[in-house]
Amino acid sequence: MSFDPTTAALRFGTGTGPLVPPPADTQALLDGLNARDTMARRFEIALFNDLLPEMRDYRGQQRRRQMASDVKRQGEDDRLKAMRRSNRQAQLSALGATVARWVDTPHGFRERLVAFWADHFTVVGKLPALRHAAPSYVEEAIRPNITGKFEDLLIAAVPHPMMLVYLDQFQSVGPGSRAAKEGERGLNENLAREVLELHTLGVDGSYTQNDVRQLAELFTGLSARYRDGFFFAPSQAEPGAETVLGKTYGGGRPRLSDIHQVLRDLARHPDTARHIARKLAVHFVSDDPDTALVDHIAAAYSATDGDLMASYAALLEHPAAWETIPQKVRQPFDFLAAAIRALGVDGKRVARLSPQVVLRGFVRPMIAMGQTWHQPSGPDGWPEQAEYWLTPQALATRIEWSMKAPPVLQPDLPDPRQFVKATLGERASEALIFAAGAAETRAAGVAMTLISPEFQRR
Amino acid sequence: MAKLLSRRFVLGALGCSAAAAPMLTPVTLAAAPWDTRLVVIILRGAMDGLDVVQPYGDRDFASWRNTLAIGPDNGAQDLDGFFALHGGLSSLMPLWTKGELGFAHAVSTPYRDKRSHFDGQDLLEAGTGFDTGLTGVRDGWLNRMLQAVPGVQAETAFAIGQGEMRVLRGPLPTSSWSPEAQLGLTPAARDLMALVTRNDPLLGGAFNSAIDIAQDLQETLADPETRQGPAHQTLARFAADRLLDETRVAAFSINGWDTHNAQARTINAPLERLSDMILTLKDRLGDVWGKTMVMAMTEFGRTVHENGTGGTDHGTGGAMLMAGGALGGGRVYGAWPGLGHGDLYKGRDLMPTADVRAYAGTAMKGLFGLNRDVIEGAVFPGLDMTGVPQFLA
Repeated sequence: MSFDPTTAALRFGTGTGPLVPPPADTQALLDGLNARDTMARRFEIALFNDLLPEMRDYRGQQRRRQMASDVKRQGEDDRLKAMRRSNRQAQLSALGATVARWVDTPHGFRERLVAFWADHFTVVGKLPALRHAAPSYVEEAIRPNITGKFEDLLIAAVPHPMMLVYLDQFQSVGPGSRAAKEGERGLNENLAREVLELHTLGVDGSYTQNDVRQLAELFTGLSARYRDGFFFAPSQAEPGAETVLGKTYGGGRPRLSDIHQVLRDLARHPDTARHIARKLAVHFVSDDPDTALVDHIAAAYSATDGDLMASYAALLEHPAAWETIPQKVRQPFDFLAAAIRALGVDGKRVARLSPQVVLRGFVRPMIAMGQTWHQPSGPDGWPEQAEYWLTPQALATRIEWSMKAPPVLQPDLPDPRQFVKATLGERASEALIFAAGAAETRAAGVAMTLISPEFQRR
Repeated sequence: MAKLLSRRFVLGALGCSAAAAPMLTPVTLAAAPWDTRLVVIILRGAMDGLDVVQPYGDRDFASWRNTLAIGPDNGAQDLDGFFALHGGLSSLMPLWTKGELGFAHAVSTPYRDKRSHFDGQDLLEAGTGFDTGLTGVRDGWLNRMLQAVPGVQAETAFAIGQGEMRVLRGPLPTSSWSPEAQLGLTPAARDLMALVTRNDPLLGGAFNSAIDIAQDLQETLADPETRQGPAHQTLARFAADRLLDETRVAAFSINGWDTHNAQARTINAPLERLSDMILTLKDRLGDVWGKTMVMAMTEFGRTVHENGTGGTDHGTGGAMLMAGGALGGGRVYGAWPGLGHGDLYKGRDLMPTADVRAYAGTAMKGLFGLNRDVIEGAVFPGLDMTGVPQFLA
């Protein structure tokens, strides 16, 4: 079991396609991560901080509507609705841009890792003004930080305004803080719990309810507002020192650096190494990965204090990563993007699709396949198990999409007999080659390839 | 899965004209092994049992809650002089009066202390004890229950909606469908696709189920009434139609209970969905409602003390809702632990006095005639059902 280009493109990239060659070797996969990010430039997604003025306007408009007299209410309401519409369109164009990147990129491993870490640090836009902003959070906090140390990624994601709002941190106030004495708000331990359970040590990690509580107290002061995005509010911070996993932080004037320090320490914890290593192996290789593979990645992570490039290199150099039988089922977004790439549709064409087509062709099918874009049901992100994705009703939608969408996206549909070979090479089974050739129509023949286990799994 | 493969798609060897293979007609199914119906609703996000079934008669309760209104003087419906039902469920009061609505209070799963939604839900649906570990058991308790009954078909148990129902997961084939899904394949394309997917057990099994269910349910989907109204009502109608047909156990989820902020407002939407769905089931089931038991359960309760943002955080003990004609009268069951400082679990949560599984086990024993040993051994390993009140009709 060792490197081969088709496996590399399917398992660690965004799929095969007639317009982009697969990676030449393992080094090429890694080098792609440090190459210029041409996709981000070609298909732009706004950074979160650049959206702040619009969010302020939205919030202002919400207030104006609330305050409006009966005569003026209708007008203010219409203006708010127009803003909401424009936010929805921005989100649709961000989805189009993301698909376009997956379709065009020669460095698919980067796009896959961005999605992996965006899921690890899941946020959902919870307030009305933030509802469309998750892609911009990914662009700002995740995308630039996937090749450094895990602790820097952690520090970019956890105190990000989107995360602070999603996990209720921005309103959490230390019980002994000045803000608590003046107002009615108090401590909220949601973010602290998820940082330990999901982002760092993992649910089997060596922490207790007391660590959750102490970390929640240490996190007080992390806040966000529309004027400046993230800000640190000493008046909300719990006075005194906190002890997390046996180490004491703070004690003097509340400082953001104490919070950064606890995040660095959590990132370097052996339980975190194990948790991250396992998640990488589960996401890329198998729902139930080889222990040796997990150990190998965890060792590389620990030896480098959480260097992500070293961890990816460990993943890619291990024989278990190149197991020939594909284990993982493509998640809905991955499936759609890989299908479009295989069909030879140009990214620019994808990015130019009208919002209506993005809605009908991507957003709604993904919902029916069980993956509402940027809205997983909880902060643990999307499930990895094949059984979750291949339910009868989700598969029905994959089939429906495979029959109907390709002719719309690629009017010049390929010959199904060539399509199966070009897309899957030697992986195509005899049954699939037969079915692709025996189908009644070109569209049905193409759908055979897209719905085959060889394409659904990677 | 094996059953579905044998039931339809008997394709010729590779090379023969699979496209020309005639469609086989569906085999008529044997009747279900029993006539009573069980509906399990998983309330995801941790419902605040103290807000839904408010112990307003407890002298300590009011001191814990600040912005959250309490009791019949503040919009709730009195149940028995001690508990009051949240105003968001007041449309269920006629059921209470008829003895078709009840609650178990101060209940929980064996899950303790880490208070993670995901682990809490996994444990609730796995139905195991906490000591067995979370990763060991991958199947759900409803699936294990069905394994104990002879003559169960894939249609006997139905998971409805788009999220996975782990409570039904396991080796015994069950059905799942979401009313939104449709399938448009010609017979020829369908047969070829069966050929393409057959070597992958998961994909092939899902494919065959999809074909079967899409055909069986064409009629339901063609009913214009089923397609009207909000999605959760469509789902409830769809569930009722399955229960009127071959299905005896239906499971679905209601999300949105994680009320960390402004609970006085945010709990109303999930409460409305819950009451709508129960009333829709009742309406559409007609006479069958009389032999139906609905059990709505959540992964854990929420903190007794309201938090600093008008909400409540993850707790331990909570409440469970039961409805249906199979219920033997409207009561709030369970031993009340009290809400004084010393009464709370770890000084913060409602102390559980009963295992939510003991109620589910008792219901299955009564509804399906299951042996107590089976329930305490195979379905809920290690459970002791002693002390659960007789709540069935």
